[in-house]
Amino acid sequence: MLESIINGLLEALKIIVTFNPEVYWVLFLSLFVSGTAVLLSSLIGIPVGTYLGLRPVPGFHFLMKLIYTFMGLPPVLAGLVVYLLLSRAGPLGFMQILLTPAAMIIAQTILVLPIIVGLTVVGVRSKEEALHSQIISLGATERQAAWIILKESRPQIITAIVTGFGRAIAEVGAVIMVGGNISGYTRVLTTAIVLETRRENFEMAIALGIILMALSFIINFGLYKWQQEAVEK
Amino acid sequence: MHLNKVSVKFLVLLLITSFIINLTGCFRFGQERLIIATTTSTYDSGLLDYILPFFMEKYDINADVVAVGTGQALAMGKRGDVDVLLVHSPEAEKEFMDQGNGALRKEIMYNHFVLLGSSEDEARVRDAGGAAEAFGKIAENQSFFISREDNSGTYLKELDIWEKAGINPTGEWYVENGSGMAETLRMAHEKMAYTLSDRSTFVTLKNNLDIEILLEKDEELKNIYSVIMVNPDKFPGTNHEGAENLIDFLSSPKGKDLVKNYGVEQYGQPLFFPID
Repeated sequence: MLESIINGLLEALKIIVTFNPEVYWVLFLSLFVSGTAVLLSSLIGIPVGTYLGLRPVPGFHFLMKLIYTFMGLPPVLAGLVVYLLLSRAGPLGFMQILLTPAAMIIAQTILVLPIIVGLTVVGVRSKEEALHSQIISLGATERQAAWIILKESRPQIITAIVTGFGRAIAEVGAVIMVGGNISGYTRVLTTAIVLETRRENFEMAIALGIILMALSFIINFGLYKWQQEAVEK
Repeated sequence: MHLNKVSVKFLVLLLITSFIINLTGCFRFGQERLIIATTTSTYDSGLLDYILPFFMEKYDINADVVAVGTGQALAMGKRGDVDVLLVHSPEAEKEFMDQGNGALRKEIMYNHFVLLGSSEDEARVRDAGGAAEAFGKIAENQSFFISREDNSGTYLKELDIWEKAGINPTGEWYVENGSGMAETLRMAHEKMAYTLSDRSTFVTLKNNLDIEILLEKDEELKNIYSVIMVNPDKFPGTNHEGAENLIDFLSSPKGKDLVKNYGVEQYGQPLFFPID
């Protein structure tokens, strides 16, 4: 057990320094797929979440319960639904993007979007409650108030992005189903770990796991710094 | 404010990298694509990684392998999501063909399923005359047996043998794990249980396993792999030319040689045998 982990660590270092092109491709694809999914989710989710946080629509509480539920959507279920939609025999089959990275991005976006919306709503709403009357009493218009609240909510929104990215980069159920874990094309770090485990290359599997964690650390390093700046301002 | 610029730069860099990868990888230009859905044994054992580079070079084509169970591979074929299948469940394949999902089916290679268990062999299946008799002994003795329960070719074969033995396996001793072959072998190893496996998966993984072959080479345990071309009349978008080329290649003397030679160096024995 300990030996496997130590050997895995050594293997990970070897892969990194020898610039194993296959692993680097897997790494880049992981970043690309999850990064794009988070970007798309943020572009949709932050405006939607901000709107809901500032102006609760009728049925707001029910909607929030629904969003919270979808934050726990099983990746493999999301994968199956996207598979059936994109399948040649399915309604979106004409697009012919099943078993490509594009399909993986769609599946992960479905997983990440509820997280970004849900956490943005919570963040914006708490600032709205704390600051709204104060800002208005200082003579700001509603529009200006909304903008200030959004800016004040930045740390919470960054938390939403961090959480969403964590979900995307770590999941395997959706990408393996819609991407197919094709070598050099749709294989990402998590699906590579599944394959290496199946092949009983435990050391390689652990090495990939360590690389995945290191990658997450670097990304979160940047995001955390960004968040700290937002807090300090 | 200065630090803020750094973070913006960081994001912009991330975006640019994304787009470059997008252009180079997401939409592969030029080369033709052939999608093969296969049972895990041919892929996890390394056979396809060994053979396909020769095929890709000869036909200047990208062969993309999706390794799933035979049941799932057939399901993908039924929906027209892949071009060609490499599977090992003749009965399920015949049904697939009868429903008009395949245009061409060719038996390409074989090996044998093996009945595995701990060396103690408490049900004494080593002495059995055949697979059905061995299964009977396991049931009678209520020894742990791990079943995959996943519509894979191996699982369908297992059901077939229970039926021939006239047994409906139920009880605490019959463990249905719903997992792949590698996970199942590991579970059999941990629980010192019996299980049925394709030969290639066991041979490639056996170094880490404390279970051994108790029964093999029984005619009942023959394991036939076929290639099936998904019906292009039913699914006009599929790459039937590539599928035909793959079938031709695997049937050619060169293809047969590759099948026969794979594993000799690494495992001291071939894992698959071509069918003439």
